[in-house]
Amino acid sequence: MAEKEITLMKGNEAIAHAAIRCGCDGYFGYPITPQSEVLETLAAEKPWETTGMVVLQAESEVASINMVYGGAATGKRVMTSSSSPGISLMQEGISYMAGAELPALIVNVSRGGPGLGTIQPSQADYFQTVKGGGHGDYRLITLAPASVQEMADFVDLAFELAFRYRNPAMILSDGAIGQMMEKVVLPPFKPRRTTEEIARECPWATTGRIGMRKPNIITSLELRSEEMEQNNLRIQAKYKVIEEKEVRYEEYMTEDAEYLIVAFGSAARIAKKVIAIAREEGIKVGLLRPITLWPFPSKKIGELGKKVKGILSLEINAGQMVEDIKLAVECNVPVKWYGRLGGIIPEPEEVVNEIKKMTL
Amino acid sequence: MTKEEIIQKENLVYKKPELLNDVPMHYCPGCSHGVVHKLVSEVIEEMGMADKTIAISPVGCAVFAYKYIDVDWQEAAHGRAPALASAVKRLWPDRLVFTYQGDGDLACIGTAETIHALNRGENITIIFINNAIYGMTGGQMAPTTLLGMKTVTCPYGRDPKLHGYPLKIADIAAQLEGTCYVTRQSVEKVPAILKAKKAIRKAFEYSMQGKGSSLVEIVSTCNTNWKMTPDKANKWMEENMVPFYPLGDLKDKG
Repeated sequence: MAEKEITLMKGNEAIAHAAIRCGCDGYFGYPITPQSEVLETLAAEKPWETTGMVVLQAESEVASINMVYGGAATGKRVMTSSSSPGISLMQEGISYMAGAELPALIVNVSRGGPGLGTIQPSQADYFQTVKGGGHGDYRLITLAPASVQEMADFVDLAFELAFRYRNPAMILSDGAIGQMMEKVVLPPFKPRRTTEEIARECPWATTGRIGMRKPNIITSLELRSEEMEQNNLRIQAKYKVIEEKEVRYEEYMTEDAEYLIVAFGSAARIAKKVIAIAREEGIKVGLLRPITLWPFPSKKIGELGKKVKGILSLEINAGQMVEDIKLAVECNVPVKWYGRLGGIIPEPEEVVNEIKKMTL
Repeated sequence: MTKEEIIQKENLVYKKPELLNDVPMHYCPGCSHGVVHKLVSEVIEEMGMADKTIAISPVGCAVFAYKYIDVDWQEAAHGRAPALASAVKRLWPDRLVFTYQGDGDLACIGTAETIHALNRGENITIIFINNAIYGMTGGQMAPTTLLGMKTVTCPYGRDPKLHGYPLKIADIAAQLEGTCYVTRQSVEKVPAILKAKKAIRKAFEYSMQGKGSSLVEIVSTCNTNWKMTPDKANKWMEENMVPFYPLGDLKDKG
């Protein structure tokens, strides 16, 4: 690729193309609206004929995530994608992967719930993603893209983080980002890792006993309580490192801001429009957009909380991230929430009204 | 003749496979798992695949199979082993990939994963230990529990009106286009053990030749939860299990 090629595509398509280009070895998925284009694009692109990437439509999301477990356990770069109800089905597998410390990518193009809910966009899976979702004490590295470009860019980043820490990573997107078309520059091609590279970089992987090395065992099971506590403490120590090193966020017009919106993904795009309108009317509003939802930019929000008069958590859900913001600012500043439910995206004017209420 | 004089290389007629670790097993005395573990180890060794095998263990008594057979293992969530194996084999087509599962794991909670992996014709082998009961959790009714058979969750005997009917997974597997070899074996006596070993070898070879999926069912005992001596359990198996789960090949596409 001599020059950067700009193409127009959906967020879901960008995920698929980025996967092929970033050395992904396998995709395992099951159709569900609004993310089916990921599997459809991969099927149409036939990467097994070019890069050698495996693409398999599984019998369920339960099977998909367990295929990802199996593939990840061999040190391969493997992924799945789904939408909210399907991601719920995957929680068992995600917990097992966190327990067995397996690196992989899970993409959630989320929709409104609870239950079968709606196929329209929603951010209501925030709690499920960053507070556990499955059973046990574990964390999921979570990236929240706000554009089709970030859908493409975060695939490789998620894999890098997952392998660096031997932990599953999620891209938490929503139906709006998945379905909308935008300009995107796809990442350059990166070859899939060779068996030798996998053996060197993932000495824990179950590749077969290459050179008759000692057997590798991938499991989350340990019946001896003392050993299991040590396993947990080791994983918790890893989470501390991730919290210290991997926080990512975008700051927008915060220098002179008197009010702060905290919003991620689609909501952050609305926030930028809100800021434009509010500033025209003389209200200085800024945005803090968490890019990693876990680790959460608590420290940064805590600092900004000391400078502003109020914070609005703008979410396309009933108010979930607002709890983490409140914890971050430790009651130093009023924190309000605004959002819409059922697959409805808030209009900028509605949000401006909420900001105005805060100035009263 | 002293013991030391007898234990000489030239007198060796039989030995434990190298791949079978020299550690005490957690299985109950009389359990079929030990024999099947030995057969699997022997076949891997004889095929020269010790450095190219990736095995998947289930949830159930064989959850710790990775402690005994000295190859790379992945421990799966309950019932999901065939999904893991499908991905592993597709990503590593030159590896020998098999799952080792019991009837609760494979024929109940993992029915979907089992049927679909077999029907996709994944080049894997499923070793299926059918002892008609949940062993690890303490003797509850399994999908394979025979009618009238007593377990702690059907203490008055399995009643089809209450509990439905026992499931013949191998018969279903044989109907699937993706399977190349489906067989039902047992390991209660030496001739049966020799046959079972041949079946495992055939299944492993077919998977390496890319012929499709294989299911090797081993009709087994669970003397502890059946509340019988090992010997009685073997007899009970022959008299009750084998008539319902008849032994032999159900399908061999060669």
